[in-house]
Amino acid sequence: MAYAERVLDYYNNPRNAGTLDKSSPQVGTGFIHVPEYIEVVRIQIEVSPKRHVIMDARFKTFGCGAAIAATSITTEWLKGKTIEEAAKLDHMNIVEALSLPPAKIHCTILIEDAVKAAINDYREKNGMGPLSEEEELEELEEEEY
Amino acid sequence: MLKLPVYLDYNATTPCDQRVVEAMLPYFSEAFGNASSRNHSFGWAAEAAVDLAREQVAALIGADPKEIIFTSGATEADNLAMKGVFEMYADKGNHIITTEIEHKAVLDTCKHLEKLGAEITYLKVNSDGFPDLKELEAAITSKTILVSIMYANNEIGVINPIKEISAVAKKHGVLMMSDISQAAGKVPVDVNRDGIDLAAFSAHKLYGPKGVGALYVRRKSPRVKITAQMDGGGHERGMRSGTLNVPGIVAFGKACEICQQEMEAEGQRLSVLRDKLENALLQLEETVVNGSKTNRLPHATNISFRYVEGEALMMGFNKHLALSSGSACTSASPEPSYVLKGLGLTDDMAHSSIRFALGRFTTEEEIDYAIQTVTETVNKLREISPLWEMFKEGADMSSIEWSRL
Repeated sequence: MAYAERVLDYYNNPRNAGTLDKSSPQVGTGFIHVPEYIEVVRIQIEVSPKRHVIMDARFKTFGCGAAIAATSITTEWLKGKTIEEAAKLDHMNIVEALSLPPAKIHCTILIEDAVKAAINDYREKNGMGPLSEEEELEELEEEEY
Repeated sequence: MLKLPVYLDYNATTPCDQRVVEAMLPYFSEAFGNASSRNHSFGWAAEAAVDLAREQVAALIGADPKEIIFTSGATEADNLAMKGVFEMYADKGNHIITTEIEHKAVLDTCKHLEKLGAEITYLKVNSDGFPDLKELEAAITSKTILVSIMYANNEIGVINPIKEISAVAKKHGVLMMSDISQAAGKVPVDVNRDGIDLAAFSAHKLYGPKGVGALYVRRKSPRVKITAQMDGGGHERGMRSGTLNVPGIVAFGKACEICQQEMEAEGQRLSVLRDKLENALLQLEETVVNGSKTNRLPHATNISFRYVEGEALMMGFNKHLALSSGSACTSASPEPSYVLKGLGLTDDMAHSSIRFALGRFTTEEEIDYAIQTVTETVNKLREISPLWEMFKEGADMSSIEWSRL
């Protein structure tokens, strides 16, 4: 399969691969696997407690090259966002940012889920309760990747 | 100087040997006659060339030249054999036995025949890749007309005990067919020793050109008959009409001749290189060879690298290495290789596999390069694999806690 150059770039030079301290109250971890798919995606965010801004984001992915590139670019996007902004991530924005073929859209759905799971993990650790449905359903504003 | 990319996908296809190309060239524009033209020298020259090729092809598998039917390749030969037998022996029965890990040319033909009323038994294989002979025998009924089992598997390279399998078929008076595409020219195949009644193979797997192959059809004890699937002209003793592909057939013959002469030395050389590759890659943790290690082609190995995904591996080196993966993560529901699943591999292991197939032009330098490149890519991907991290931390992989939304 021929991928856009950007996919190859992120695959060859993954940004933000790594691990944050799962036990830290400032770290939210989202670890997603859906039985039908082979991919396993883990996204971690480190959030500043005052304004709930994501200071750092890390990933690890078991999956195809597109899944690896897509998780990596997502962590870049997450940095500097508030957790409310981050919760509005739409997987189709990842698809567009990397010009992924339709067959790879399922990878980005897992990533969207992992981001939301990471945010929820952080919120729960900090007594905020999980994301409300409205927050999840809000349309993502135009964001620049 | 190492020329990149390094080709290690010889089970998919082989380059045409230069000696083969030279043999076929005159038959395009000089000796271009139709082998069926009986009235002039152009036709006679073409016919003579085809006759020689038929001898060369037959000799490679211990057959009589009259038993060779030229086709467009192994897929056509598989189709002709199975459909031809099914139609010809309809009076005797409609039952065919095969295995779950045959090439699609056989499996898809079986599916087609099922629509026409055929009963097909798909034998399971064990973790080595072999069917159980007792299960084979138990599956045979009075309606069984054909057993079709490949000689060597294209993905894992294991060589079936064809002689033992055909003995079971023969004991019950059932025809034995084998797709010998991966074995012919690589290991000694002898249709009489091995008890094969129909055999399909192709030139492009043994350093000949694409688009030409053959079906072996036994003429004596038993005399096998098949119904033609192509009408018109009555070429190839009526079994496969169509003007002969003379340059392709000449090349096929030459390729078979070279294989027969060089097979033994080539196999020995390649098994040394294959073992070097395999042993080096097995130094990586959590790495296994799929299928039997004892009874297999000398040039092939199939390895799973746990905790990395095959297509991601491919992407890491596909500018430098031409290989094939057991993973096909191209659809919403990615399907791993049915051959590896047939061996009992879990989805993740089947998705993590790479097929290495060496060939005539593989050098030790290429193998060293492949070892280095694959090792680096596996290590790099494991660095970013969450499963690898958990494995290294000693987590119980069966009780992973997934995030809930």
